[in-house]
Parts: sequence; C-alpha cells; structure tokens
Amino acid sequence: MLEGQMEVTVDELRGLVSERAIQGETMLLNMGPQHPSTHGVLRLILELDGETIVNLVPDIGFLHTGIEKNMEAMTYEKALVMTDRMDYLNNLGSNLCYCLAVEKLVELDVPPRAQVVRVLLTELTRIASHLLWLGTHALDLAAMSVFLYTWREREILMDIFEMCSGQRMMTSYFRPGGLWRDIPQGFEGAVKQFLELFPERIREYESLLTENPIYIERTKGIGVISTEEALEIGLTGPILRATGLPFDMRKAQPYSSYEQFDFEVPIATNGDTYDRYIVRMEEMRQSLNIVRQALDRLPEGPFRSNNRKFVPPPRSELGHSMEAVIHHFKLWTEGFLAPKGAVYVPVESPRGVLGCYLVGDGGPKPRRVHFHAPSFANLQALPMLSRGHLVADVIAIISSLDPILGDSDR
Amino acid sequence: MTEAETTLVALQQALEERFLDSVEFRDQLTAVLQPEAVVEACQFLKRRDFDLLIALTAADHWPEEPRFEMVYQLFSVKLNALIGLSVSLEGDEPKVPSIESVYPSANWHEREVFDMFGIDFPGHSDLRRILMPHDWEGHPLRKNYPLGYEEVQFSFNFDDIDRRKKYAKD
Amino acid sequence: MGLESKLGNLGAVTTSLEKAVGWSRTRAMWPLLTGLACCAIEMMAAQAADYDLSRFGMEINRASPRQSDLLIVAGRVSRKMSPVLRRLYDQMPEPKWVIAMGDCCSCGGVFNNYAIVPGVDEIMPVDIYIAGCPPRPEGLIHGILTLHDKVMAEKLA
Repeated sequence: MLEGQMEVTVDELRGLVSERAIQGETMLLNMGPQHPSTHGVLRLILELDGETIVNLVPDIGFLHTGIEKNMEAMTYEKALVMTDRMDYLNNLGSNLCYCLAVEKLVELDVPPRAQVVRVLLTELTRIASHLLWLGTHALDLAAMSVFLYTWREREILMDIFEMCSGQRMMTSYFRPGGLWRDIPQGFEGAVKQFLELFPERIREYESLLTENPIYIERTKGIGVISTEEALEIGLTGPILRATGLPFDMRKAQPYSSYEQFDFEVPIATNGDTYDRYIVRMEEMRQSLNIVRQALDRLPEGPFRSNNRKFVPPPRSELGHSMEAVIHHFKLWTEGFLAPKGAVYVPVESPRGVLGCYLVGDGGPKPRRVHFHAPSFANLQALPMLSRGHLVADVIAIISSLDPILGDSDR
Repeated sequence: MTEAETTLVALQQALEERFLDSVEFRDQLTAVLQPEAVVEACQFLKRRDFDLLIALTAADHWPEEPRFEMVYQLFSVKLNALIGLSVSLEGDEPKVPSIESVYPSANWHEREVFDMFGIDFPGHSDLRRILMPHDWEGHPLRKNYPLGYEEVQFSFNFDDIDRRKKYAKD
Repeated sequence: MGLESKLGNLGAVTTSLEKAVGWSRTRAMWPLLTGLACCAIEMMAAQAADYDLSRFGMEINRASPRQSDLLIVAGRVSRKMSPVLRRLYDQMPEPKWVIAMGDCCSCGGVFNNYAIVPGVDEIMPVDIYIAGCPPRPEGLIHGILTLHDKVMAEKLA
C-alpha cells in the first residue's frame, strides 16, 4: 500500500489513478513542477507499469497570475501590458488579440499602415516562438547544438523588437487603434537583412534534425492523434494541422488584413511528434513569406487612428491645442468608455487558436476579460497522447505540444 | 443568410420555448438559452458540424441579477462559422449541466470556471480546482472577491503600513 | 611547461584563506535549473550563444537542488508555487545564494493581486535583486557579477 510513503493522502489520488496504483501494483512518479523538460512549471503525476505510461495526470496552475482579475481592475488601455506577460513567447500576438477585441467592442478603425505592421511583427513573433520551441524541443531530445543555433537567430529578432518598442520581450507595442509609435528608421533594413539570412538558417536546422536517425527514432509514431480526436479534445494550431486538417484562423476568419496576403497553410498527415516538427518548420518559411510581402507593400500614412476619443493625440499637439490636452488628460486618467456588450475574437497564435472574450459594461474598465489559451486546451490532450508510451517519450510529447505555462495558467 | 444564422433558426425550432433570444452584437450571433437546454443545444450544434469548442467561460454581473452568465463559443471548421451560447444563472451557488459528454474538451474549461467562479457542473467527471491550490478558499474571479492588492507605502500612509507589516523593517 | 616556463619559477603564491575560498566559490557557481516565467526565457538567452554565461564558470545548470549553490528565481512566484520553491531552497546545500531576477519576484511587479507573492523575499532570503521586466541578459550577468563581489567579501568566521 502507498500509505506512509507519500505526502498526499490516498483519498486525494483515488479517482485520478487506477485501482492498481492504490494497491501498489503500478508505480506513481511525480514529475515537476521543477523539471528541466516540462517547459516551465507543469507538474505531472505519472502512473507507470514498468516503464510504460498507464495514466498521466497533469497538474497546472503553478504559474497562475490572476491576469484576468487584474485586467478587470485597469482601464482598457492600461490592461494591455498584462497580455504581454500571459503568453511570453507570443507577446505581440497576444497584444494583437486583445487590441482587436477592444477595437471590435468600441468600433474603432485601424489605419492600413498599422495593420500591415501588426501582421509583420506578429509573424516575426511567430518565428521567434517557433525558434525557441525548436531549440528546447531538440534540447529535450539531447540535441544540444540546435539550441545554440536557434538562439543566435532569435537574438536578431529580439533586436528588431527592441528597435520598435524599446523592450526585447514585453513590448506592448500594439495599442487599441494602431501602434504605440511609428516604426523606427532602420527597421526595414534590419528586417530585410533577416529575410536574406534566415532561409539558409532554416536549411541548417533541418540538416541537423530532419534526417537524423536518432531524432526520427524518438519522434516518429510518438503521440499519434487523428483529426477527429484532435477536434474532440480541442487541439488547434500546428498539432491539429499535423493531423492533416488545414485549419488556420488567419485563413478561416482573416483579421488585421491577413486576407491580402498570399500564404499556404502547411499540413502533414500522420499527426505524430515528427509531423508537428515538419509543420512548424514549414510555418516558419510561410511566416517569412508573409513578412516579405508585408515589407513590400508597407503603406504610407498614419500609424494610429485619429479618433481622439480613444487614441491619445500626438505629443506635438499638446503644446498648442487645448482640445488635445483635454483628450490626453481624459484618456490617461479615466480612460475611454466601452459600450455594454460582449465580443469574442479568435486569432492564430503560434500554439493554436487564441481567443479573447471581452465584456464591456459602459464604464472605462472591462467587466470581464477571458483568454482562451491554446496551451491550456492543448495540455488537456497530454494524457490521451501519452498513454502506452515510454517515460522518455513523454518528454518528446510535452515539447511537441509546445505548452507555455504562463499562457495556460494566466 | 449566413451559415450561423441558418443554424440558429434551426436551433430555435428544435428547442422551442427553451430558446429565449438571439442576440447580434458586432456581427456575432449569440443564442440565449435556458440552463437546462445547454446539453441539448450542444448536441444539436455538434451534429451540424460545430465540432470545435473554442471558449467556455463565465462572467459575473454582481450585484445585478441574474448574477452569472455562462458563455460557450462553438466553431465549425467545415462551415467556417462561429456561434455563441449564453446562459444566465441566478443566485450565489449556480448550477449548469456539464457539456463534457458532448465536447470532451470542456472538461478543463469547466474545472477552471468552477475554480474561478464557483459554478457547479452536475455530470462532470472530475470537478476539482485546477489553477488555484486545492485548499484555497473562495473563487477569485467573483466580483465580490477582493483583488488582494498590496498597498504601496507613501509618506501619508507610511506609519499605517509599518504598523501592519512589522517584518518589512527587518 | 606552458605558463611556468614563461614566468620562471613562481614558487608559492600567498593569499588569505578567505580570498581563496571566495575565489573558488565564485569561479564555479552552479545555478539550479529552474525557470518560472518570462524571465526564464531571458535566463536561457543569457546562457545561449550571444551572451555566453559560461564565461563566468556557469555553463552547467544542475536540475537537482542537491548539486547547486545558486537559485535564480526567474519569474513570478505564485501562491501555489511558493511552497515548492521554498522546498527547493531548503534542499540546496550550504553555502547557497539567491538571485531574485526581475520585478515580479523582487516586489510583485505589475501583478499586485491575490495570486502572486509580492516578492520572493517573503519566503526566502535574497542576496541580489535584478530590476527589469524582464531584465536583459546583460542585467542578469551584472547581477551575477555583483553576487561574485559579495561572495568574495564574505568572511569565513
């Protein structure tokens, strides 16, 4: 019996693990929250028969930050900084999702230049996120050098984000109604340089992994899931696309001028860990393609809406326009008022469908902000994907889901 | 008529008087239902290819009544359409049937709503807290739950906070 | 051979024991491999190619607290995580040091709410605080070097 050997009582485990574990036939193994390959503070209770997974119980919430509650206590614009810190690898993507929701709620138009810059930067964020995923995924499977290569390229992207917003990660660069500032001088040159450099680098990563027999052995046929099962359990993003369904919110319900861009939705057929790798690698190429188009067609014009009821006036006007001063004062003390009503905006984050459900109540603060986090939905499939595999394969499966605990716990 | 509108009309015919209203706000359709009709509505929508549950959450309208509102967002990959379901719940200990049997992915989402709002889901297979520690008291996202704000020490309230937090000086 | 032949016979080098101990402690500090949130990404960046933390004898991150002597608390500490973190700290052998990396674990940062511990110093003693949300890798390196100075100045008795 387990009594006396564990810190939790047996009653707490009843119902979570099988009766065999309570009898002591199978072994219970705790993994996390501090574990090198749980990608943060995910905790798993593994039930093992020898080295085979009988069941797996994820325990999340170790990074629960109360972001949704905190946002309810802030005005619409100030609450934006919270979205950066939610999914900290997709900062600009989360900014975009929240901004779109606010803009939809208050019916605010965004000028074309801001829309294209938003697409451009969101796609660069997607590449940065996939790069980090690739590095840590390979590191988990003991391929150390990929990590060093991917971080080299990530630093270039970090420099581009810093150039725009002054911050490497927590940019808060997109604001309701447009951008914080116009893109700086030298931005286009920096992105062009990256565009020239990066295709060769993707080939470099692929030459390290795609035909590597050890990598193939560890990922092919691991964590297989079919399209129907994936939809049932709510999987989206590259994991769903790896099962063969070309579902991408950017194509299905285009937002922020994505409909003007020409790109493909990469898919694979087997739905295993290897295919998720293939899909993400191809997605990086497609993102690069979008960035190239965005840079070519970058329209001139204002970078944020001139609706002064929602967007602060430029600094230069404050000196000579009383009206501008009043607007500025109102926006930074009280904030703008949003009508009563609820909107739901889904966007495609690097991990899947990220949705923002926003409820306004006529006041300057949101009544309710909810984020449908892709990591939360994807982690739910972990028990289903891991059953019957070996312990070592769980590592590969976790990293193939690409969970960000800040995203799932919020 | 768009796919979402056609589906909503069909849903209204199927549920009859348990379908209370349909709301259109910013081009988004939401069906307002009676709480006991949720499972049937989900089954109906799932048969009509709304196969992906992309949001399940609640909102607290305290101190107004009905206090809680459950929100479901269902997406159809085939029809490329989004439909919202909304259910109003009265009282401080609300209940709404679990839709886990229709959409297995609702499992964690309902646990989150239970954890954050204290809404009970009869028929849920494993209703435990998911984000907060298991011995936590209260449901943080309720409007009458405090934010837990730590006051910042300024000159006007310096002594006041010093008295309350003695260890801050050590 | 090598250095000796170039410098001639140096014979004995004298120094105080405190300095020798401090020097050896700082030259091979092994941080615990634990990341909580966003700051962990910048911590990884500090260890990756561009910033190369191994210049300071820190390329090895130990995943076991029993083998490490530096805890870099990288990210926000939630109420649910705090007992776990305290336990990790307790498991580390003496001498041990703690760096609070970033605003969240220094003072709560932007999250002033029910879920986040307002500063990791509520649950364990902290040697160095690094400001920033998240701090840049240079910030982390600066914090580590400041810690080195602190360790070098420690008295044995």
